[in-house]
Amino acid sequence: MTSRGGSSHIGAVFSMADIVAVLYGHVMIVNPSDPCDPGRDRFILSKGHAGAGIYAALAERGFFPKELLRDHYKNGSVMSGHVSHKGIAGVEFSTGSLGHGLGVACGMAYAAQLAGKTHRVFILMSDGECDEGSNWEAIHFAGHHRLGRVVAVVDYNKIQSLKATEETLGLEPFAEKWRSFRWETVEVDGHDHSELRRVLDVRRPAQAKPLCVIAHTIKGKGVSFMENSVLWHYRTARGAELQAARRELGVEE
Amino acid sequence: MRNAFIQRLSELAVGDKRILLITGDLGFGVLDDFERRFPAQYLNAGVAEQNMTAVATGLALEGHVVFTYSIGNFPTLRCLEQIRNDVCYHDANVKIVSIGGGFSYGQLGMSHHATEDLSLLRALPGIVVCAPGSAFEARESVDAMIAHAGPAYLRLERAANDFTDDSANIFVFGHARKLREGSDLTLMGAGGVVSEVVAASDLLNSQGIHCRVLSLHTLKPFDKEAVLAAAEQTGGILTVEENSVLGGLGGAVAEICLEHGTRPRRFLRLGIQDTYTSLVGDQAYLRSLVGIDRGSVALAARRLLEA
Repeated sequence: MTSRGGSSHIGAVFSMADIVAVLYGHVMIVNPSDPCDPGRDRFILSKGHAGAGIYAALAERGFFPKELLRDHYKNGSVMSGHVSHKGIAGVEFSTGSLGHGLGVACGMAYAAQLAGKTHRVFILMSDGECDEGSNWEAIHFAGHHRLGRVVAVVDYNKIQSLKATEETLGLEPFAEKWRSFRWETVEVDGHDHSELRRVLDVRRPAQAKPLCVIAHTIKGKGVSFMENSVLWHYRTARGAELQAARRELGVEE
Repeated sequence: MRNAFIQRLSELAVGDKRILLITGDLGFGVLDDFERRFPAQYLNAGVAEQNMTAVATGLALEGHVVFTYSIGNFPTLRCLEQIRNDVCYHDANVKIVSIGGGFSYGQLGMSHHATEDLSLLRALPGIVVCAPGSAFEARESVDAMIAHAGPAYLRLERAANDFTDDSANIFVFGHARKLREGSDLTLMGAGGVVSEVVAASDLLNSQGIHCRVLSLHTLKPFDKEAVLAAAEQTGGILTVEENSVLGGLGGAVAEICLEHGTRPRRFLRLGIQDTYTSLVGDQAYLRSLVGIDRGSVALAARRLLEA
């Protein structure tokens, strides 16, 4: 999909692929035949540059035919590089500029709390995105209001746009930061499905603290030459590279 | 205007539980009554306007009619991208309310001069931009915003207008209100400065110059017909705004006239020139400083007619 379209950010997509698979495969209550079902769990991809991963998950889950994925990045296509809800069933919210998702998720969770509803609001963020001050406004807000319906998963692959997060603006002690803002915070291996299910598949009381799952991940996971390489934040796999990546992942065209 | 807004919102909040009011930690003494009467419909989001706007979006997408409230540039420029990407792109039912438009907080200095909001918000697709010129228009705009499903911006000023506005003269988004009739010139205003425009017109009347006065309370959608009629039927157009002359009311009028090939015989934009105002003073002082007070408007109109 990304190679056909010529899009970037494949490293960021692979980094979060296991998290997205567990959310859409096991954890979230969604209804492909009625994407706006009021009882659905909400999901916001705040690291919108990995939109290709969400389009693929939604197609896998039956929200729309997989053939539509072939349009990604094409002239006239709605399947933009950064995730967009317009014309794509199942996308809850459009992002692309970092630091926008969590505040909106807080509003959705606040609405659920006002209405006494039990659905959850999941949000998937990047680590580099935590440089944005707007996220800390939202983290502050959710902690203060005990928005127990909010589950924020941070795809902590430790590489941002140009260099490692620690070389750019160090996030550590990262979990302690979230905890000090009154969030329940757990750390997991973001590629271990059973571990992800264990922490994500828990229905928490409405007035619980919001939950932050810091998922330790590997950027470009699954393809040896893409792993932990900032190059694959931008590069598109073509030719021999594409063949090699497919072989390693064990996927067909 | 501020009181007219909050009074009307309170009246409507009784019967419409979708209505929520979120403040960015401002409104001392003004919002207390609303908070006391509607605790479940009130939220103080703290000093965090980006998050306030994002939270409002999330609430709106879940079915609420959400008003964000703060002063000056805080609910607009501080969180402009949240308004663009979150509110407008998602057609979210968020109503952004800024108290203290223009030089309402003139003594507080440049940070509190809200003098580009109309131009900037007007550039965003999918949002109604409303700058009432009187307490009556402010009150009516609350109903109109709720009736309009989608994003809206309301610029209010602290001071009440000092002209008698006729409530029989109805208020509809996108339709200019004619406040005075005349054909020598058309004076157009947007926002609280309309009271200066009306006073200027009354002054000119006593000098034998009769102007049509229009309140262009909605910059978006904009009343093209009223602008073209003014260009065709009167001796020219003079626009007055407590906003940058770049991209605001005067700009919108010029765009429409030129695009329709209807050139007014005379045309002048009064407003804030392409500069910050580092001098402070009350709203009346700063209006006279930048040349949009009643005396300056009347003088500019006379000179325009003589030119």
